[in-house]
Amino acid sequence: MATRQGQALGRLAVAPAVAALAAWSIVPLALAFYYAFLHYRLDDPDNTFFAHGANFYYFVTDPFFIKDLFNTVALVLLVLIITVAGGVGLAILLDRPFWGQGIVRVLVISPFFIMPTVSALVWKNLMMHPVYGFFAHLSRSVGLTPIDWFASFPLISVGIIVGWQWLPFATLILLTALQSLDEEQKDASDMDGAGKLDFFRYIMLPHLMRPITVVILIETIFLLNVFAEIKVTSVGGIAGNLTYLVFSQLNDSNDVGEAAAGGLIAVVLANFVAMFLVRLIGRNLEA
Amino acid sequence: MARKTTTGQMAVSTVIAWAIGFIMFFPILWTALAAFKTETDAYSLPENWWQTPWTTENFGIVQDRSNYLRYVFNTTVIAVVSTLLGLVFAIPAAWSMAFQPEDKASVSWPGYVWIVIILGCFAAAAAIAYSVGWGMADRPLLGLALILLFGFPIVAWVWTRRTGDKLLWMLSTKMMPPAGALIPIYLIFNRNGLVFKDWGWIDLRDYNLIDTFAGMIPLMMLLNLPIVIWMLYTYFKEIPFGILEAARMDGAGLWQELANVLAPMAVPGIASTLLLNVILSWNEAFWTLNLTNKYAAPLSFFISEYSSPEGQFWAKLSAASLMAIAPIMVLGWFSQRQLVRGLTFGAVK
Repeated sequence: MATRQGQALGRLAVAPAVAALAAWSIVPLALAFYYAFLHYRLDDPDNTFFAHGANFYYFVTDPFFIKDLFNTVALVLLVLIITVAGGVGLAILLDRPFWGQGIVRVLVISPFFIMPTVSALVWKNLMMHPVYGFFAHLSRSVGLTPIDWFASFPLISVGIIVGWQWLPFATLILLTALQSLDEEQKDASDMDGAGKLDFFRYIMLPHLMRPITVVILIETIFLLNVFAEIKVTSVGGIAGNLTYLVFSQLNDSNDVGEAAAGGLIAVVLANFVAMFLVRLIGRNLEA
Repeated sequence: MARKTTTGQMAVSTVIAWAIGFIMFFPILWTALAAFKTETDAYSLPENWWQTPWTTENFGIVQDRSNYLRYVFNTTVIAVVSTLLGLVFAIPAAWSMAFQPEDKASVSWPGYVWIVIILGCFAAAAAIAYSVGWGMADRPLLGLALILLFGFPIVAWVWTRRTGDKLLWMLSTKMMPPAGALIPIYLIFNRNGLVFKDWGWIDLRDYNLIDTFAGMIPLMMLLNLPIVIWMLYTYFKEIPFGILEAARMDGAGLWQELANVLAPMAVPGIASTLLLNVILSWNEAFWTLNLTNKYAAPLSFFISEYSSPEGQFWAKLSAASLMAIAPIMVLGWFSQRQLVRGLTFGAVK
């Protein structure tokens, strides 16, 4: 039983963290709401006034908005497909016994620890450069015309880079889940004469459903915010997402009001995903 | 009993697994190769990477040109100090939630009452702001009062929740997209904020936070605080409660219980949390690109400078990249378990 003294101290101990996180989440939200209804440009600060809904209207009717909204969703889906499909495959592979498991695991998870600016620039130049890049070399060596990745397929190129970074995350989580699959279950299905495909379809996949959901939700929250990869590869104009559009409203257009309005739209979008994730985690907390 | 695997199957698995490991690691390996070539040779890497001479000159050039060590220093200071600062907030909170949990909400109003109160206060704050024409620049005190009016019911709701809900709320703050916070944080940092600018006795415009440690360290701390609290909580949860009870039976006071019984058992969990958080801070790139440009700029900013290059730059880019990622990648190899635990919030075990 918790003592009364302990309980009082417990409330006291949690207070600083609650206060810090409350300030961190509430003050920016309140200010974003305030600025979103203000006509306020950094290059013309004296001409500032209440803007009604104009910022929202201009942000949403901006031709970039529809395009970048599409890009946001497309980028998330593309990376999710790469990481979930790839992650299931890699996890199954790494779960089997082979020589040098430890080393291969280290090789596979390494991309996750590469900072986004590094992986973006390394991929854009050393890998995907249309003349000197490694991919161009590969294409030429089999007699194909090299692809100019960032000029022809900017969104897909960014997707590949981000996918490469997040594939280790999905693999690691699915692998952890697979390892908790009971050995006895595997043996039992073997004895019942279940084929490999049946085992995958009826035992492995159902067991992986929950971790896959977790991967999808967590990755979506991070992938909605992809920014550095788009900025340093300079494809923001074509393949920018909503996060980039908000940045560019502030940075290129100096329009604080419109950027704040866009930021609030991004918050609403992210909240949809966050709601599901919080429920899922909450259910796990009870169990 | 494990299923039998023949040597043949084992060999096939080994070849496939190593091939895939090699492909995943290849861009990093390629960067490492290019880092040790001259600029000209770096551009013909695919054709003759094994013939061209090796050199370490790039590392010296990178250091001379842009003072690499300074960025390493900045990154380390921001990552380590923000992590330690985060632990100061997180350890008591995680201890409290793991060992002194509250099973019931201390105020048992139904959910819709809370929603009405929260939305009502929000509407009231907006209405008051509207009534003064949304002009907060000359009314810092009113601005502060309105933020409190907006925030107070939310804090009250969180404060009266049971422990599990408090924890979930903390996690949900991590899910706020940075795009939403960019404008307010940028304006707070850039001392141009229209609210709270001039208080009479203190003018916030005198205190610039852009590109300073004073701004970046608390920001980085807050960014990762939910994950730190969560990880510590899951580690503390694993400490058997019986041991604490036994200590109490033996007459240990609360302080002795904390210092002599709990602390030694908590050290491994705290160390793991520290490790993961340093990795996350090290690689952070949204806020560092937006809020730093020179004095407090970390490695992620340093590398982004190579996005608008002049002339041949691949070898220098590779050398700089290698120096930026190597230390943290090696740390990362030792943190696989913590990564799963910290980033899935315990939803995968």
